[in-house]
Amino acid sequence: MIGVLNWVTLLMTILTASGLLFSRDWRWSLGLLAVQYLCVFWMVQAHWPVSMASAKLVTGWMACAVLGIAQLNARGGKETSRTWQQGRLFSILAAGMILAAMFALSLRGVEWISLSLPVVWGGLVLIGLGLLHLAFTSDSFYVVIGLLTLLSGFEVLYAAIESSILVTALLSVVNLGLALTCAYILNIAQEKFL
Amino acid sequence: MSAPLLWIFLPLVLAGILLLLNNPKVVFLSACLFTLFLTLAAWLLPIDTTLTVGGWTFKLTPSIEILGRKLTLTSSDRSFLALIYGSIFFWFIPAISLKITWPLIPLGLAITSLLVATLAVEPFLYAALIIEIAVLLSIPLLMSQRQKPMKGIIRFLIFQTLAVPFILISGWLLAGIGANPGDLALVTQAAIFLGLGFAFLLAIFPFYSWIPMLSEEAHPYLAGFLLWILPTATIFFGLDFLDRYTWLRDISILPAALTTVGILMILSGGILSAFQNHLGRILGCAVIVETGFSLLALSLGGRISLNIFLLLLVPRTLCLCIWSLTLAILRESAPGLNLRDVEKLGRTRPFAASGLILANLALAGMPLLAGFPPRLAIWEGMASSSIPLAFCVVIGSLGLFVSAVRTLAALTSAPEGTAWGARETHVQRLLVLVGLLGLFLLGLFPQWALPLWTKLPAIFTHLSQ
Repeated sequence: MIGVLNWVTLLMTILTASGLLFSRDWRWSLGLLAVQYLCVFWMVQAHWPVSMASAKLVTGWMACAVLGIAQLNARGGKETSRTWQQGRLFSILAAGMILAAMFALSLRGVEWISLSLPVVWGGLVLIGLGLLHLAFTSDSFYVVIGLLTLLSGFEVLYAAIESSILVTALLSVVNLGLALTCAYILNIAQEKFL
Repeated sequence: MSAPLLWIFLPLVLAGILLLLNNPKVVFLSACLFTLFLTLAAWLLPIDTTLTVGGWTFKLTPSIEILGRKLTLTSSDRSFLALIYGSIFFWFIPAISLKITWPLIPLGLAITSLLVATLAVEPFLYAALIIEIAVLLSIPLLMSQRQKPMKGIIRFLIFQTLAVPFILISGWLLAGIGANPGDLALVTQAAIFLGLGFAFLLAIFPFYSWIPMLSEEAHPYLAGFLLWILPTATIFFGLDFLDRYTWLRDISILPAALTTVGILMILSGGILSAFQNHLGRILGCAVIVETGFSLLALSLGGRISLNIFLLLLVPRTLCLCIWSLTLAILRESAPGLNLRDVEKLGRTRPFAASGLILANLALAGMPLLAGFPPRLAIWEGMASSSIPLAFCVVIGSLGLFVSAVRTLAALTSAPEGTAWGARETHVQRLLVLVGLLGLFLLGLFPQWALPLWTKLPAIFTHLSQ
């Protein structure tokens, strides 16, 4: 049963991370990010106590909340322009290549850090698609979403090899810090605009 | 009381309080007095030794425990603490005349205390996360001038964040090497991860594109401060790696790799600077060259390499401080910092213009100025191993020299009859003059930095032997 749930989580991870690449609406992006953190929680709790794994979930959702409030304040619900959307086919192809490459890498990763295949693949998919996200955009909001996705993937893999409370706390601070930084940038831009 | 409480947590708390205060004079005075106190305390107070003053006995304990891990500052770290807080004191002094008390002082103090924590945290690999938190704090510092987010700042955030996973994973691999030192594949993997992590963190070739962009976009003094403190703390973090792991010091290709990367940075930074039309970008290129010189100094091998690296620190601090101060002064009276924007300013802002040119020349390695003695040592070290490589280093320095000449030409180009007159404030003139005096004195008497030079290597138990 757990094995099946791991594969379902992987599927959701792929869908959310790919969805983040193609989403034009910041509300959809934040919704997908929130679901992505749920997947991260599931993958991390495979080798951590639920109480510690839930720290990732809470931090992630707090980051989503900060980003959402910042967007509402700064853009008043207006859409952001994302220039890469013209190359949608290219984005799909690139995402497909990343998924395939990460699958190949995860086969070796399973031996390297003794984790189940869906968890390793899920972590690597988040890293790969997070990097792709960073390559496609220069909008600070989407850059921070890309960084959060990348760090989520790293945290999934790193949780298997390090369970220090201090590291968990520092990574949470980094995640929240990224969200707050994005909020600051968005609000500064808004003040300038006004 | 514990040493980490005094040199890490108290500055952090004060930074938080200063963020809430509105009065720039109060913020300025309290921060300057506090950093001066921390510098003197680092210089005078021994750690882990009982002291009796009058009838009052106290002892600075070296460690404090937080979430199951330790922050430790020992007596050997005192010279580093004195250097860093002493330098911060000098960086803070011009803040009030440039009207950047907020954000420089509260955020600068918080960033400094976090970077001191990178030296103290055990296991020291967690320092990568603390550096990342410092980077996040530096974004409000860079964007304080109410501007739109620009590419350089965003790229800076991306590259610094990318470093974290690489360094943390390499830490895990390093632990594996400790258990199985003969595993060459593991050593190679760890070296690759570590190399990539530091390449991002230290903005090593080719990941340094954000430096000129950032120094063009942000306020010059704030950019200068950040471009001084982050590379300095990161190099100390890197040296900590080298000091702890024998296998890393023993990697046969390490000196060659450091030399190659150092030369590439000096050459590319120097040549780029010669062709820049923005004074902020020239400062960024000089920072790239400086990082190159640091790597080159470390590649020379033996204890001498550490000494030459440490010899670079004080002149670099002084040069970058004067350079960014003078740029900030020029920026107050010019529409921008492009070469054509600052034409004639040599006549109306002669102190700032002189400071800018001399700081640039000092980092280019001009004789009689502060940057010359360490560069001479590096040129000599390089020439003894490879004349072509030493020639490449000279070309890089020549690039900075050309940029100084172009800046001089722009600053002094004015129509006939343009009147001379110093329009800087008295405080600004005094600051520039004191800085220039320091540039000459350190160039003529480099041995004055000797006390620092003899005590600082003690931080690194193995490298200093």
